[in-house]
Amino acid sequence: MPIEIRNLNYTYGAGTCFEAHALQNISFTIPDGQFLGIIGHTGSGKSTLIQHLNGLVKPSSGDILYNGVSIYSENFSMRELRQNVGLVFQYPEHQLFEESVLKDVCFGPKNQGLSPAECEERAREALLLSGVPQEFYDSSPFELSGGQKRRVAIAGVIAMHPKVLILDEPTAGLDPSGRDEILGQIRDLHQKTGMAVVLVSHSMEDVAEYVERIVVLSDGVLFCEGTPREVFRRYRELENLGLAAPQVTYIMHALRDRGLPVDPDITTMEEATDEICRVMGVEDAS
Amino acid sequence: MEMIHADKLSYHYKIHDEEGRVTGSKTAVDSVDLDIATGDFIAVLGHNGSGKSTLAKHINAILLPTGGSIWIRGMDTKDMANLWEIRQTAGMVFQNPDNQIIGTVVEEDVGFGPENIGIPTKEIWRRVDESLKSVEMTKYRHASPNKLSGGQKQRVAIAGVLAMRPRCIVLDEPTAMLDPAGRREVIDTVKRLNKDEGITVILITHYMDEVISADKVFVMDKGRIVMHGTPREIFSQVEMLAGYGLDVPQAAKLAHELRKRGLDIPAGILTKDELVEAVCRLKSGI
Amino acid sequence: MLRDITLGQYYPAAGLLHRLDPRVKIVCTLIYLVSLFLFNNIICYAAATAFLIAVILLSRVPIHFMVKGMKAIVVLLLITVVFNLFLTQGTPLVHFWKLTITEQGLRTAAFMAIRLMYLIIGASVMTLTTTPNALTDGLEELLKPLSKIKVPVHEIAMMMSIALRFIPILMEETDKIMKAQMARGADLESGNIFQRARAMVPILVPLFISAFRRANDLAMAMEARCYHGGDGRTKMKPLSYRCADYTAYAVTAAYLAAVITIGNTVHFHLWIF
Repeated sequence: MPIEIRNLNYTYGAGTCFEAHALQNISFTIPDGQFLGIIGHTGSGKSTLIQHLNGLVKPSSGDILYNGVSIYSENFSMRELRQNVGLVFQYPEHQLFEESVLKDVCFGPKNQGLSPAECEERAREALLLSGVPQEFYDSSPFELSGGQKRRVAIAGVIAMHPKVLILDEPTAGLDPSGRDEILGQIRDLHQKTGMAVVLVSHSMEDVAEYVERIVVLSDGVLFCEGTPREVFRRYRELENLGLAAPQVTYIMHALRDRGLPVDPDITTMEEATDEICRVMGVEDAS
Repeated sequence: MEMIHADKLSYHYKIHDEEGRVTGSKTAVDSVDLDIATGDFIAVLGHNGSGKSTLAKHINAILLPTGGSIWIRGMDTKDMANLWEIRQTAGMVFQNPDNQIIGTVVEEDVGFGPENIGIPTKEIWRRVDESLKSVEMTKYRHASPNKLSGGQKQRVAIAGVLAMRPRCIVLDEPTAMLDPAGRREVIDTVKRLNKDEGITVILITHYMDEVISADKVFVMDKGRIVMHGTPREIFSQVEMLAGYGLDVPQAAKLAHELRKRGLDIPAGILTKDELVEAVCRLKSGI
Repeated sequence: MLRDITLGQYYPAAGLLHRLDPRVKIVCTLIYLVSLFLFNNIICYAAATAFLIAVILLSRVPIHFMVKGMKAIVVLLLITVVFNLFLTQGTPLVHFWKLTITEQGLRTAAFMAIRLMYLIIGASVMTLTTTPNALTDGLEELLKPLSKIKVPVHEIAMMMSIALRFIPILMEETDKIMKAQMARGADLESGNIFQRARAMVPILVPLFISAFRRANDLAMAMEARCYHGGDGRTKMKPLSYRCADYTAYAVTAAYLAAVITIGNTVHFHLWIF
């Protein structure tokens, strides 16, 4: 179920003196099952963009096609769209409200019109996929730690069985082990269910490590897109946009500048280790 | 005189269920001994739940120890007579930028602290001017905090604390909710205050790269201080830190990975430049 | 984006009224509003009109902002006028089908309408030229004597200014929560009133929890900055009267005196008014 974005424009306060172009002529496609990363400085339009993808916000002009059909066409069900395109906001634990973890995760399926039995089954499955221990299922969500609450919130969206899962900075505010766990779970989810995943993040390392393709936004405009290697190769331009490349990319470039024949476009820790070892003539541990 | 001295500091609390019955107890801080010298830049690292925030709240007597004691410039926090003096000596900046700003105009918020301790009007203005200058927010003195970025709000919060003329500032995860640009703003401000104005800084964080220029690092786990030393000493123990749910700066991590593969990279590498130098030296040595 | 909405209706301008002490504005507005109900004489209405026009001109606020406040009371105005017009007994003036408009009816309706309109415009001028915070400071100073009888004036004023500070923040949070629940399929628009009320639970519960969490954090931050109630507190921006303020008091007092005197002594009629 690919999503195609065509010439999307969004202007705040059109016609007034407060007019601001949040999004200008954005066009790109999210193919089935892709793990996409969206990066951009604060205020570049990332949040506005993703809220268009599930119809929460209407554009000033442009179109979005879900599976080839415009989501703004007559008779297109936004509710159905929101079941298929799941959106997890930043600090999603702030949306929890039910008496128990299980009940809260059932909220999404319930709104889809599923029977209580089906809701509970979906909820349990989603909680398992999110890594929430069973002992918490009947607890009040407010008794859990921050990281656990976040997993419950993510489960709440997964329980709707979306074909596309969009996560806006899912690691915000978490400690390093929390960050690794959540991203690891998202990767597992992507591999197990084949759903497309869109990751909005400020961490270049996270994006380089997990995604297949990156879209770069700057001041509401799509600056470039490509694989992590392709995008981070342009790190000098990215710096002008208030972004950067992963730390290891800088290290590789510095080594290259010092005469070492390393591939400077490397973006992950593992590749960097392998490459440096190769150049130093050390045998691969594997 | 030492800025902070803690002797077997402990904090236990009882957990109650909905009916008020005691269902358990937790030790958030477990017999901590701590000495912090005036003018130091100290970092306290730990995963969420390690007790670092709880420890921080003892420094300005928001929490009182249930066991042991802590002295701020010789004042015992358990002595109620010292309360206001302690809180003026040790200021605190919290994690959520919005939830610590009282004023609807930046300069009014910065003046809140001096107003509370009965400083005469003219002196309040002088302190507000100086504090805003120290954090480089003078330009925004008439702005509404709602219009500021996260990094700017935190700087206003720091100014609000500075206006009380503290000897020491405790920052409890001040950058956890900020984007990378905001994080840089805040850490640069804090480093400058430490270097130029000699204010003792205690930074609670789990972002490793903020800690590189600290004088001393403490690592907490389960309420105890489990590691302490200079950043170099701490970050070379990658495995141990991982065991405590923590990470190391990217350069240190890569150095560690290369060492694991058999390359003779020296211990204690922290920055990209150090790593590049070490690798090149190794290459030319071969 | 919601945070850009200025709360209350403060309109920044370089007007004389903007510079007045908030206490003056509060007291004089109150005097004016009360004065509207003290007379029934057309000359007095003329005086009230003149006073209002002068104040509007001095405020330097575009007239359409004043009129905006009227939108809220259009219905009330209409009801007042219609009821008074058609249901007052007295000397008949005009007949429409079965309905009669009497002299007294027309008179009462007109006066009530004017009173209501001037009430709204008068209050608007105050809120348009005074920031919510200044209003809070002014009220705190005016009500200070009450603290002698144990009324927690300082605490109330502090509560009001914190509320003012957090309203935009909570508005934005509500928007975010609504979007998050809509993303999970919540339907906030359809259904009868009971269904819509139930649909608000997933919005209100998180919002209240968030508000309490913020309150907790804020209390800790205030304590960390040595807040301990109103005792011993000094002010960064203490209110103090200046020449213009005393002038304003004097002018308003004169207006009140004039209106009371004229109302009781001069009997002037223009047709039925």
